Amino acid sequence: MTHLLYSIFIDPFVQMGAAPDLLAQTLWEGLVSGILYALIALGFVLIFKASGVFNFAQGIMVVFSALTLVGLNEHGVPAYLALALTIVVMLALAFAVERVILRPLVNQPEIILFMATFGLTYFLIGLGELIFGGDPKVMISDQLRLPSGSYRIPMSGGYVQMQKIDIAATIIASIMVAALAVLFNRTRIGRALRAVADSHRAALSVGISLEQIWVIVWFAAGVVALATGIMWGARSNVSFALQIIALKALPVLILGGFTSIPGAIIGGIIIGVGEKIGEFYWGPLLGSGIESWFAYVIALVFLLFRPQGLFGERIIERL
Amino acid sequence: MSAQPQIAEAAGGSNVAPARTLGGVILSVEDVSLSFGGVNALAEVSFDVREHEIRAIIGPNGAGKSSMLNVMNGFYQPQRGIIRFGGREFHGMKPHEAARMGIGRTFQSIALFRGMTVLDNIMTGRNLKMRGNLLQELLWLKGARREEAEHRRAVEEIIDFLEIPHVRRTPVGQLPYGLQKRVELARALAMEPTLLLLDEPMAGMNLEEKQDMCRFVLEVNDHYGTTIVLIEHDMGVVMDISDRVVVLDYGRKIADGTPDQVRGNQTVIDAYLGVAH
Repeated sequence: MTHLLYSIFIDPFVQMGAAPDLLAQTLWEGLVSGILYALIALGFVLIFKASGVFNFAQGIMVVFSALTLVGLNEHGVPAYLALALTIVVMLALAFAVERVILRPLVNQPEIILFMATFGLTYFLIGLGELIFGGDPKVMISDQLRLPSGSYRIPMSGGYVQMQKIDIAATIIASIMVAALAVLFNRTRIGRALRAVADSHRAALSVGISLEQIWVIVWFAAGVVALATGIMWGARSNVSFALQIIALKALPVLILGGFTSIPGAIIGGIIIGVGEKIGEFYWGPLLGSGIESWFAYVIALVFLLFRPQGLFGERIIERL
Repeated sequence: MSAQPQIAEAAGGSNVAPARTLGGVILSVEDVSLSFGGVNALAEVSFDVREHEIRAIIGPNGAGKSSMLNVMNGFYQPQRGIIRFGGREFHGMKPHEAARMGIGRTFQSIALFRGMTVLDNIMTGRNLKMRGNLLQELLWLKGARREEAEHRRAVEEIIDFLEIPHVRRTPVGQLPYGLQKRVELARALAMEPTLLLLDEPMAGMNLEEKQDMCRFVLEVNDHYGTTIVLIEHDMGVVMDISDRVVVLDYGRKIADGTPDQVRGNQTVIDAYLGVAH
């Protein structure tokens, strides 16, 4: 018994202290995967904030945008032109979603819209497979001049290895978050987005066009999806399996709050780091595999004690 | 009726409003009919609104007053009839079109953006006046910042006008009911509307709040020259501040005229008090 308690509560920390380079390496890995979760969660938050719709299709939008980029390049389109064209495709998708899904379903209960995004998911899977085939593709990292290789930072006898692509992903994610935070909080369009999220009829009465706002948020979510697809694709490859990993965004959202941009980022990082640390130090006790369920356990705990998440708006209804 | 004298006093005398000279007709409703399923909300209603006037719509519950307002700003599309406004003829417009043409409004049950501060709520009223493009805003360029500051000035003026500077940073959800109503009015004013539709601006208020709101409605009308169409249940208020009154009952217009004319009208009295059949 004492041995078990020792190996749960004492031993992992002894190991951390004994090999700080390993700890730093694990933290870094966790941070990077956390940022990727956060980027997917960010796409969800954008759409949820402005339309109250939980967009199940965010994961497939990541895959679809990355496939479009790689696919165009395979057909001889230069990398940067392909990138621009992919952004145009995401804009077209935003218009199509607004016209075909959101507009006819306006004023329907949220569950109906949620189901509609299920439909969109399977439509995009089908369309993606039809056009690009079902095989995994390799991200065109070199053509896009994404950095490759890694830095080795010596640390207490060992070293910490950091992939340059991961560093780039971290920087790009930070820039995107900063831009979105400014957009949401300081500008006319941001206010219009928040207005639509709060009250449709009040937004309409001051001349905000719902159609326009929906196109903007879906397009923004599409661009975030593309960035996520590139970064994730560069670390592994571009395949439909990514869509499943994207569901990790759900516990991230529960942790960070569905309506908070900083929440998505911090929630993503907590889950990413928690997973890696848990797997590395406590995994052996439980025969590994912590990574696949850790996020959901944290989400469950949050649902019990803080259902609005770390940064979510607490909903107080006046009765 | 007992509230009448106090309100008149707060409003600076009941003869203030009628003393102004009214302009020509700026909006006319012609033969408008609206039904939901089998229920006729409005039946062949016609009336007009003249520039600078305060026009009241009154009637018993379910008379179609709110429906009328919703037709006027494009929330409902009437099955028949037309609305003339700004030299154009509408069989039904879209709400953001109405807003673009200078029709602002408030709601019977408050419709504010609860998550935002008072300032942000009122700033949304400037939405149509702001011209910045997405790219500029995304990069928070100088142009976008300057425009934001200009509109902020206009909004601060309205905040002072409606005497709510002390709550400008407060999230609206935390404000008392009367102040929320005032913020809603401020947001509509920020649009610089030529026509302002107020759906029961004094409903649910205590006497003091009612007097304040009355004063603000009159001052808006006087100071900005805004034409106002309002729905109100408090007869004292209606008779005091409005230039002309339309009376609806079961979706039909039963009377139209000055407060005195309407007050003496037998059909109106019957509609309000009920009549033995």
